[in-house]
Amino acid sequence: MSDNLYESIGGEAAVNAAVDVFYRKVLADDRINSFFEGVDMDKQAAKQKAFLTFAFGGPNNYSGKDMREGHAHLVARGLNDSHFDAVVENLGATLKELNVPDNLIAEAAKIAESVRDDVLGR
Amino acid sequence: MARITYSGKSFEHKNGTVLDTLIEAGEDIPYSCREGVCQSCMVRAVSGRPSAHSQRDLKETLVKQGCFLACQCHPEEDLEIALPDTQLFCTDAELIELERLSDEIMRVILRPSKDYHYYAGQFLNIKNSAGIVRSYSLASLPQLGGDLELHMQYMAGGKMTEWLFNDAAAGDRFEVSEAQGDCFYTSGRPDQSILFVATGSGLAPIYGVIRDALLQGHSGPMHLFHGSRHISHIYLQDELRDLAEKHKNFQYSPCLTAAEQVDGYYHQRANEAALDTYSDLKSWRVFACGHPDMVKDFKKKAFLAGASLSDIHIDAFVTAKS
Repeated sequence: MSDNLYESIGGEAAVNAAVDVFYRKVLADDRINSFFEGVDMDKQAAKQKAFLTFAFGGPNNYSGKDMREGHAHLVARGLNDSHFDAVVENLGATLKELNVPDNLIAEAAKIAESVRDDVLGR
Repeated sequence: MARITYSGKSFEHKNGTVLDTLIEAGEDIPYSCREGVCQSCMVRAVSGRPSAHSQRDLKETLVKQGCFLACQCHPEEDLEIALPDTQLFCTDAELIELERLSDEIMRVILRPSKDYHYYAGQFLNIKNSAGIVRSYSLASLPQLGGDLELHMQYMAGGKMTEWLFNDAAAGDRFEVSEAQGDCFYTSGRPDQSILFVATGSGLAPIYGVIRDALLQGHSGPMHLFHGSRHISHIYLQDELRDLAEKHKNFQYSPCLTAAEQVDGYYHQRANEAALDTYSDLKSWRVFACGHPDMVKDFKKKAFLAGASLSDIHIDAFVTAKS
């Protein structure tokens, strides 16, 4: 994995560009949008930004514990692998739309994969 | 050395960020990532100027209110801060005039006893002499004078409106909080298209924002959809038609949801009429004020229709439980 995925993708400007695109895809995705019903959209967008920063290998303080605690209430509502797959798919589609090269998309997907078990509480 | 004042206590800033100082002092303050990403630690400068760096990622309307990220701010001067959604009563005001705008809307004019800073469209809390506190939005423009204009919608059994519609009189005193909220116009993109949706007295802030935008020379198209059940509840029609007459870039569409059919009116909900008319909101700015379910639904649909979250300004009018 390259040390500078975050810079290669375009740093903070890329994250800012990706947030709206990614969040819009997630909200339009019937496989997962029920998990986002009734949430504060601005707070959620900030969380999406934190997630994208993380997936791009950027500066973050996210820990496995945060991921577990942050998603426990969703796991209780049935969050499973298929939903996680859908999010990763939306992440890939977002980066593709922003013309990020495939090899960098694969790296970002790999970083996202690294928290799958924490997110799903396993 | 800068001092940080928070919830009545003052701390000396030694090094690190505003957040570091507060955590070290044992203050209970929300935070999470400490990298300037999650925005959990957003606070508002009541006095003093936060560093530019600590505001660089925030919506322009938040910056104008003095909001900044405590974890990103190395203070350059003394700061008094508060959590973003706290409102402090800051001045007295006198009731100057009451005017019925429709059978259920009262225009209320208040005169603050000292200079009062706000942007047209923001909201404030008012407390009457009986201690009843309610939130209302500002329809007035600060450029046009010091008096504050609010539109109160009558609520049967509502403590504030029962008193105001029946017993209040010029000369009555109120306490007024600082103005808050990000439902206001910012200049800088004068040719942007703007969509406005209001239900009921949600027109108050929208009426303020529209006039403010026009006064600041906004040249892009602006379209207002104002909805209510009956035609008698569509207030300020003459004023808005006049405005549309004078400004070719402003369009006004009243919407009715009751069964009666009236020429010149949309017969559907204002939010639906707006989204049916404009299905692609990419690069638009949108404002929605009024019924909480309407504005929440509209925010989501406007976002899905392409509007950027930072260009969506809403204000949900939640009815107080009395």
